[in-house]
Amino acid sequence: MVLERINLHMHCGELTAVIGPNGAGKTTLLRALVGDLPHTGALRFVHRGDVEDSRPLRIGYVPQKLDLDASAPTTVLDLFATATSRWPIWLGARRRLRVTADKALAVTDAQYLLRRKLCELSVGQLQRVLLALALVPVPEILLLDEPVAALDQSGIERFYQTVSRLRTDFDLSILLVSHDLAAAARVADRMVLLNRTILCDGSPRAVLLDPLIRQTFGFGVAEGDVEAEAARNLTHETCPLPAGGTP
Amino acid sequence: MNAWASLVSALPFEWAQYGFMQYALLAVLLMAPLFALLGCLVINNQMAFFSEAMGHSAFTGLAIGMLLGLQDPTLAIAGFAVLLAVTIFAVRRWSAVPLDTVIALVMAIVVALGVVLLSRGGGFARFSRYLIGDILTVSPREIVHLAVLLGSVLVLWAFFFNAVFFVSLNRSLAASRGLPVWLIEAVFSIVLAVVVAVSIPWVGLLVINSLLILPAAAARNLARSTRGYVLGAAAVGLVSGVAGLICSYYWDTATGATIVLWAGAVFALTLVIRR
Repeated sequence: MVLERINLHMHCGELTAVIGPNGAGKTTLLRALVGDLPHTGALRFVHRGDVEDSRPLRIGYVPQKLDLDASAPTTVLDLFATATSRWPIWLGARRRLRVTADKALAVTDAQYLLRRKLCELSVGQLQRVLLALALVPVPEILLLDEPVAALDQSGIERFYQTVSRLRTDFDLSILLVSHDLAAAARVADRMVLLNRTILCDGSPRAVLLDPLIRQTFGFGVAEGDVEAEAARNLTHETCPLPAGGTP
Repeated sequence: MNAWASLVSALPFEWAQYGFMQYALLAVLLMAPLFALLGCLVINNQMAFFSEAMGHSAFTGLAIGMLLGLQDPTLAIAGFAVLLAVTIFAVRRWSAVPLDTVIALVMAIVVALGVVLLSRGGGFARFSRYLIGDILTVSPREIVHLAVLLGSVLVLWAFFFNAVFFVSLNRSLAASRGLPVWLIEAVFSIVLAVVVAVSIPWVGLLVINSLLILPAAAARNLARSTRGYVLGAAAVGLVSGVAGLICSYYWDTATGATIVLWAGAVFALTLVIRR
């Protein structure tokens, strides 16, 4: 999978949803962003007034899942210890670390999971644990890989509520990867249609009404649907109308 | 070394009076926990098949050592294992062939090459020592080498455990937190290759992988945390190591294989308890 000409500009406190069909390179994009895949070009962190920050961007990443088998004895506390400390976890967790993990888990209502084994958590519980971990230390950009793909309806609502709260609380820039157009449109400030390159980039309304959506997914989004989605999220009302019109 | 010998001979057992058993006991006490510790990460990283290949590559390393006219083939065995580890690692990094296929292919070729080289002229039988190993021939000097190796792996462990463990949970997540994922995996593969290669003459390449996997797998069945997993694996390694050594003395059997049977029995027991 090769992606080319990816140019994304994100602001603090803004939620950008990357949508695209299966095999479009959504996960590849995230893996390149975290540095797990080689890429040319760079991630730049620019302060107000065009002052560039030379230190590497702090990235919080929430993967879809962990590579665990059902017999893995790794606990939530072990995960926090291994990610945030050099102290070998088999010597036992230090008090300070337990306090840090406890505080972090409180942010996503997952405190009660501290001593549980990762392989025994439900999808939603694991999602909240991974989100809590991504916030230690508080990142400048938060990457979410298909966060709700395996959640039920109430889990999805709950997850997006948490994410909206985090965005305002921490002034985070969030990049969300999803193949669920409607759900993504509801929470996003901006939408990016990806299929090996960036096809289209703008307000969720503009992107959903773009003819490229029909070309890419094989179905269109009716104006009425978009109005309904927009009505649920007032921030989209100021978005300009798409140049392409209704597909 | 003398202090150790007098300490062991104070034990009221027949086997404890022999020098070769005293040395072997020390070697087992050093090796069993080391293997158990490594085994925990081998299982986490799903590298059981990789470490098996490392063990089997000893044939070819041995043959190369012979061709080069080396007095002690350990260096050649370790060197070849490292070369193989790096090769498998590179293939995995830059090719789409499934990893287990790559390992199976490479292992088959390497074993064949080793057997061809060693069996030339019909003298293969003298290499059977490497197949089943012989811990009773371990010399005081070799034990010192082993202790140095164990010491360095333990130090490396203290620094690397969390990193290797984290990478095994999710590579991209580890990368997002600034860990050099490929470097960590490469270093772990090389350490594993060296430890396996160096231990082959005593444990034997047929059973060496079980010594790595079984204690960790047994501890995994019962552990409630990573701490319990690692310490449990070390304990299982120690118990089955000592029990296997003593039994091999009374039964007059190969020590490495006897230890593995004990570890296997412990594993079966943990499986039953887990149910």
